[in-house]
Parts: sequence; C-alpha cells; structure tokens
Amino acid sequence: MTTGFVFALAGAALFALGVAGVVLIGHLLRRILAFNLMGSGACLVLVGLAQRHDLADPVPQAMVLTGIVVAVAATALALALVRKLHALTGQLELPDDADD
Amino acid sequence: MTLAFDLLLALSLLWCGWRTLATPRLDRAIVLFITFGLLMTLTWARLSAPDIGLAEAAIGAGLTGALLLDAYGVLRRRSAGP
Amino acid sequence: MKRMVVALVVTLALAFVLLLTGAMLELEPAAIDLRAPVSAHLADSGVTHPVNAVLLNYRGYDTLLEIAVLLLALLAILAVVGDAPASPSRAAHPVLQTLGRLATPLMVVVAVYLLWAGAFRPGGAFQAGAVLAAAAVLLHLVGLLPGWSTPRLRLRIGLAAGFALFLAVAAALLTQGSLLQYPPDAAGALILLIESGLTVSLALILAGLFLFLAREEGA
Repeated sequence: MTTGFVFALAGAALFALGVAGVVLIGHLLRRILAFNLMGSGACLVLVGLAQRHDLADPVPQAMVLTGIVVAVAATALALALVRKLHALTGQLELPDDADD
Repeated sequence: MTLAFDLLLALSLLWCGWRTLATPRLDRAIVLFITFGLLMTLTWARLSAPDIGLAEAAIGAGLTGALLLDAYGVLRRRSAGP
Repeated sequence: MKRMVVALVVTLALAFVLLLTGAMLELEPAAIDLRAPVSAHLADSGVTHPVNAVLLNYRGYDTLLEIAVLLLALLAILAVVGDAPASPSRAAHPVLQTLGRLATPLMVVVAVYLLWAGAFRPGGAFQAGAVLAAAAVLLHLVGLLPGWSTPRLRLRIGLAAGFALFLAVAAALLTQGSLLQYPPDAAGALILLIESGLTVSLALILAGLFLFLAREEGA
C-alpha cells in the first residue's frame, strides 16, 4: 500500500462523491463545488496510479498541471453563468423539467 | 510511519470533501472548499509533485476560492437588496 | 420518488468506488513507462526539470491548446457579462492597503523567480502567472485596482500575446520541420521566450477571470 495507491483510492472516492453531488444537489453554486471535487479526484487518480510504485512520473504531473488550470477557467465561466442566471431570473437552481 | 500520515491525509481529504457538500451554510462550504484545496496541496507534496502543489495552492485554493467568495457575496447582496 | 433517486445514486456511487478499488488492486505494472525516454532526452530538451520539459517541449502542443482554451473561457466570460458598467473600487482599511502595497512588489519578484527557476526546479510559467494574478486580485480587494470593464487595445494585446507568441514560434518551427520541434541548441532560449509570453498572458487571463466579473456588483 504505497503513497500513490492510497491517494489513488482517495481520488476514486472523491470522484464518486463529486458525481453524486453534481447529480443530487440542486443549488448551482454547490454543484460547482462538487464539480471541482470531481476534478481533484480525477487528478489524484491520474498521478496516484502512475506513481503506485513510488517513482515520480513527470508526464501525468504535467497533464494534471494543465488540468488544474483549465478547471479554474471552467469554474470561472460556470460562476459567470450562475451570476447571470441569478441576475436575470433570481433563481439559483435550474427549473425542474415540467411535464410537457 | 509515512503510511499512517498518508492515510490520515487521505481521510482528511475525504472528510473535508464530504463536509463541503453536506454543510447547510454556503459560506462555510466555500471556506471548507478552500481548506480542501490546501489539503490537496499537502497531498501533491506527498506525491513528489511540487509543481502541481504550487499550482494547486495558487490557482486551485487561492483563485477558485476568491472567485467563489466573490460570487457568494454578490448573490447574497443582490438577494438582500432591493 | 426523490428518496429513491437519492438512494439509487448513492448506491451506484458506492458500487463504483468498490469496483474501481478492486480494479486498481489488480493492476499489473504499466506496459508503457515514459520515465526512461523523458530522462534520456532531457539534455536536448532545453530545460533540466522533467515536468517542464514535458510541459513545454515533449507535450508543447497540449500547452498551446491549453492557453487557447483559457483565452476562449475569458472571451466567453466577457460575452456573458456584456456591457455592465465598471464598479468603483471600494477602498479598504489603510493598513490593508499598505499591506497590499508592500506585498505586490514581493509577489512580482517571486513570480519572476518562479518563471526563471522553472528550467531547473519546480516552477515555470503557470505558477508565475498564478502568483501575478493573485497580486492583481489582492490589489483589487484592497481597493487599489479597479475592476476591469470592456478591455481596450492594450489589455487585449496583453491577453492574446502569450497565445500569439506561442503560435508564432510553432509556425516558424513548422517551416523547418515538424510542429514544435525545437532545434536542441536553441531549445532553452525558445522555451524561456514562450514561457515569458505565457506568464504575462496567463497572469492577465487569470486576473481577468476575477476582475471582469467584479464589475457587475452595482453600488
């Protein structure tokens, strides 16, 4: 049970927690938090599994670096959209699908 | 010995993530998310990835936390105003 | 009905974690190990830190696309916010302002150090750009930097310069060989040039992600 392995398992659990949060939580701001948890979990799995024999591997580290920066851009865009939605409609949850 | 530290750090990550999603108060959830980001920085240090640790601390915890707090403040001010 | 959905999602998530744990425990050693080729060609890559060699040389194309995606996200944010007027900056307590004034030059020095040290040690363009963006956000929070309204020419040039520079270097190298294949003796200088442009652009983009949104507060 090496370091990489422990954090890969934690990353898998974080990812599942994030997915459950995105699916189940209605409040949009909390959904963005859950989405970021998903991203962090995926990054942990990527690096943890590659380093499961305790040798640092630069390629997945570079990919995770890219991933973190893109994730913050996606979070900023999501927050801009939530703020616009709140300014236009006053709601912070997406409307439930009405029976058409 | 290091395995104990790693397990403790992984469990704190999971607990912090769970509390972020389960806290009823939104401002507390955002602060817990920033704390989660800083615990992730420690995790990257344990995984021999100092570059990712630097980026996670500055971008993941810092900038994302600032964006979330700003959004929360605007939303609260707008819903409390006229 | 709602409780059934919640129970179903939670059960599926737990099942996912258990299955993934089982799969991870049964993983064999990887068939492809890229550590050996990375360190074998490190001397020709222009930098000595393997992560930055991967980021800017071996997988430079990914970094080029990453800065394009960041620019695209910023353009989308500008489109969403539209023409809201810039909010006046609210001055904070003088002690906070003095702290902001003291911290900013230090953060600039740290950013330049991180940019330079990226060739030999953990660091590089992304960390440096993030520190500069944090300095800009700090100055805004203490009231010394107003929120950004629709960007004028200088800001637009700064935002696009990193991507444009990277693209120009890639195009120039395309005429001489394959995409982003640096000649080994000029690789270090080219990477430093690209990283400098990336740092400036990344700082402006990351700061813009915060500052362009900070204007629609009103009063």
